[in-house]
Amino acid sequence: MDTVFDSLIPVLGSSVRLSIPLLFACFAGLFSERAGIVDIGLEGKMLAGAFAAGAIAHHAGNPWAGLLAAMGIAMLLSLVHGFASITHRGNQIVSGVAINFLAAGLTALLGQAWYGEGGRTPQLPNTARFLEITWPGAETARASYGEIGNFYANVISGHSILVYAAFLMVPLTWWVLYRTRFGLRLRAVGENPHAVDTAGISVGRLRYLAVLVAGVLCGIGGSYLAIAQSGGFVKDMTAGKGFIALAALVFAKWRPFSAMATCLLFGFLDAAGSRLQGTPLPFIGQVPVQVFQALPYVLTVILLAGFIGKAIPPKAAGVPYTKDR
Amino acid sequence: MSAPARELPWLVEFFLLPALNLAAAFLVAGLVVLAIGENPLSVGKIMLYGALGNAEGIGYTLYYATNFMFTGLSVAVAYHAGLFNIGPEGQATFAGIGVAIVCLAFDGAPWWLVAPFAVAASVIFGAAWAFIPAWLQARRGSHIVITTIMFNFLAATLIVYLLVNVMGKPGSMAVETKTLSDVTRLPLFSTFMKTYGINLGDAPLNGTFLLAILASIGVWLLIWHTRLGFEIRTVGTNPQAAAYAGIDPTRIVIIAMLISGGLSGLLAVNEVMSVQGRLVEDVAQGAGFVGIAVALMGRAHPIGIALAAFLFGVLYQGGAELSFDTPKITRDMIVVIQALVILFAGALGHMFRPGLERVFARRGS
Repeated sequence: MDTVFDSLIPVLGSSVRLSIPLLFACFAGLFSERAGIVDIGLEGKMLAGAFAAGAIAHHAGNPWAGLLAAMGIAMLLSLVHGFASITHRGNQIVSGVAINFLAAGLTALLGQAWYGEGGRTPQLPNTARFLEITWPGAETARASYGEIGNFYANVISGHSILVYAAFLMVPLTWWVLYRTRFGLRLRAVGENPHAVDTAGISVGRLRYLAVLVAGVLCGIGGSYLAIAQSGGFVKDMTAGKGFIALAALVFAKWRPFSAMATCLLFGFLDAAGSRLQGTPLPFIGQVPVQVFQALPYVLTVILLAGFIGKAIPPKAAGVPYTKDR
Repeated sequence: MSAPARELPWLVEFFLLPALNLAAAFLVAGLVVLAIGENPLSVGKIMLYGALGNAEGIGYTLYYATNFMFTGLSVAVAYHAGLFNIGPEGQATFAGIGVAIVCLAFDGAPWWLVAPFAVAASVIFGAAWAFIPAWLQARRGSHIVITTIMFNFLAATLIVYLLVNVMGKPGSMAVETKTLSDVTRLPLFSTFMKTYGINLGDAPLNGTFLLAILASIGVWLLIWHTRLGFEIRTVGTNPQAAAYAGIDPTRIVIIAMLISGGLSGLLAVNEVMSVQGRLVEDVAQGAGFVGIAVALMGRAHPIGIALAAFLFGVLYQGGAELSFDTPKITRDMIVVIQALVILFAGALGHMFRPGLERVFARRGS
């Protein structure tokens, strides 16, 4: 069994790493959609965040400045989304599509115009990145405690601070959503905005707050891609992760802990897909890497077909709020 | 939107309002150009000249417009049924597989013999890729936006798998099929136009352009002059009322999506059978998403769609010329303009309405 564990643990480690951008984007979607604003612009906001993080971390030489810039840009795009879909009651899907294109186009265009490296931002030195944190005793554990030590050293230890922030975000989100007044109102505004309005609470304000939270989280997700996982922004570096996060959100039925589990599962599929490329599996033979790439979408479609329980979105999601007169 | 209490004169509704939206989009695009350090006016001039300044440019513009008409009509038909199909990209990709199967099977046969089968395959494959999202929407109530997004990605992975493992050119690392023989490819207009002294150069304009015009007329007849079109519009406006009137919304949703998918599929005839002459990984090259913008700008009406498709054709061809002339501005500028048009003509499409209503309003009839 030694060989199975030996290859499984690195895969688990990279599953964690690959699931982080999904987690941030998925929780961004969670806040937004729980408040009734459908957000298919997660991808774009994350991409814009990644670009801002890469560019600003390069100029400031500091990852925190990059992170702040990423959150700022993603919040700005959130405000555009809010302005279109809350203030002007425009179509939320259309607005999301526009934001995705805007981010894809602007990052590539400005990246090339400013740095001339094919849409990349300059390679960052380690001081301008979020580096892996090695936990105390990780090396001794790896050396002397067998598989458990190996797990500790590879899966628990050795990630950047944003990874731990992501896992901290999960219980925090649960607490905010289910144990605070803000969370109760947020959920209410996504289910029955009229009731919230009747109680004298501004629907628009709550929804703006929700999309801003989504912006912050997308910004962190983008920063993770650009200045933690790699040393700079690369053109189109989100590569559909925002959409996988959207699928994960549906798959998790808009619940925080399920969302974490789903993101980890999709991250694992990604990691396993790359690990198994060219290696045949016992009994099944060689599995093409495209199967692993397609699985998150296939699973979500199967879920939507009603074969794994029923995914019911927040009732008012996607519906602009109009006061009755 | 709340039901507009006041009606605008149609000239304002169909020309002034879209023109204002477009102007806002171009204004912001101009600011982006300024931020890069180029002159927006000269950029605009290069784009217009590149797209319309000579026969070759116009040929390219119309070639791009052909694809955008198909996807725009596709989005529009679904839109009339109250559905948001953002899957034309995937539907066209899957249709590409169908067209490639037919064309490769008949490779060597004259194009006029293969064309009807290729067109049929494109429609059937495009419709098939729309069927599952349609069925899930109609029967299971799962949101068509989510499922069509999923199916875009599924088509993208499927085609790579097929090109790498099944249909790829033997002995080649390129992710594409072998190239069709010249007799099987749809001929370009350029050879034919030369006899009239018009030099289209390398412009890949071909017979699918005429097919797109036919499809526009077909959609116009379907939506406004057939019983099915009436049913589609009724379901799109009010599914409950439609059901009460004896129209089965489930059936209409599925039929509308099949038509929508089929229209997207036609794009594959243009690309696979003529322009590329082979199946490549990226069949639709983003035209599926441009279709969303085209349908929005064209107000889901075939004439509006044709005009919007032409406009985007100008943007695409002009953008290509621009990236040759101005190295600082890459083709990504087109994506930015496209995003701004979707934002201002789509999501913020009603931003100028209250103001216009104050100026031009007629009391509701």
